[in-house]
Amino acid sequence: MSDFNPKIVAFVCNWCTYAGADLTGTSRMKYSPQVSIIRFPCTGRIDFMLLLKAFASGADGIIVSGCHPNDCHYSSGNFHARRRWIVFRSLLDFLGIDVRRVRFSWVSAAEGAKWAQLVNETAEQIRLLGPFKRYHQLRGLGVE
Amino acid sequence: MEDLRNKARELLAAKAVQVVVGYGRGTGASRRAVFIQSAAEAGELLFDNACRQNLAVYLMKPEVRKLGKMALVAIPATLRTILQLASENQIQDLELLALVPDASGAVTQLATFAAIEAHVVLQDNDLSAAEKGELQKYEIMGMEQRRQFWEEHFSRCLKCYACRAACPLCYCSRCTVECNQPQWIPVPAHDLGNLEWNIMRAMHLAGRCINCGDCSRACPVGIPLHLLNQKLISEVYTHFNSRSGMAAKADHAMSTFKPNDAEDFIR
Repeated sequence: MSDFNPKIVAFVCNWCTYAGADLTGTSRMKYSPQVSIIRFPCTGRIDFMLLLKAFASGADGIIVSGCHPNDCHYSSGNFHARRRWIVFRSLLDFLGIDVRRVRFSWVSAAEGAKWAQLVNETAEQIRLLGPFKRYHQLRGLGVE
Repeated sequence: MEDLRNKARELLAAKAVQVVVGYGRGTGASRRAVFIQSAAEAGELLFDNACRQNLAVYLMKPEVRKLGKMALVAIPATLRTILQLASENQIQDLELLALVPDASGAVTQLATFAAIEAHVVLQDNDLSAAEKGELQKYEIMGMEQRRQFWEEHFSRCLKCYACRAACPLCYCSRCTVECNQPQWIPVPAHDLGNLEWNIMRAMHLAGRCINCGDCSRACPVGIPLHLLNQKLISEVYTHFNSRSGMAAKADHAMSTFKPNDAEDFIR
């Protein structure tokens, strides 16, 4: 398993986590390179369908991160997102999909170190869980 | 039953409504929806324990809606659907009548949303003990067992969308599965498309489903879709203390929030 390099997709909001990840870079902190960051205007814009698309496209793990509660640039986007994640996560769990592969976090623009730690921890977790073959094979089982 | 027929005759003769949507004889012992447009046809109406379909589904079908003002024979789930549709601004007050037959056959006529609300609060709107027990059976299963359970069921899904057609709350005129730029859900009925479709259906009904169970009954291959809905009904109630279809004006669980919504997984 040591040569397995997980693919992690990070859905982040423009105002907090994206800036936080920027700070990680400008502070020259090193972190796991397996993450591909996708920038959204707000966590409220992150539809659960996008998470499914990431898995279907070969992601082994997902990070979803945005502004801390009360810090949303649009005042309430992250509160709406939080409700959606609570429900979505229970549904995935009920369907027997490993929720350890989807990591939710609040990372502010000042938390460059937290972002590095979050990515490293997630990469480590996904490395332990191995490739998400089960999900990736789903498409292969049918005829397009 | 005779009360119901007389009521329908009376309403149609007085032109108080243009159509009475009720239950009639179906195949074998089953019951199917009938659309009574004249007093002479009112004898077709039936009401017994086999009448389970949620007739509120026809409120959102344009071909039925254009018939004119409707009187709906309503079971408890139908009344809650009417309130949920009202809270989503899909129907107007006084646009319809609800006819609620009771066990003795007597019919109560509910003409306004306020009257329906008053009737609904007296119903038992929680999941039944049997439903809660069944949910729990799956909740305590191992993750791998649950995955296998659903994989086996979804492998039979034909993507016929009967669950969508039967659902009174799946009324979007253009559904995400019909959008192909981007193609959100693969069209073929393979395992990925089936899983994604069923996740999407459940999520789009979160905080809205009123647990009539018509999706499961409509499914030609017997997928227990109601379990997904009931799971989300119980989650929405536990986390947000919210129940759909209780009032004609309501804050919806998934489009509102509380600053202190509790969770234990966002770090």
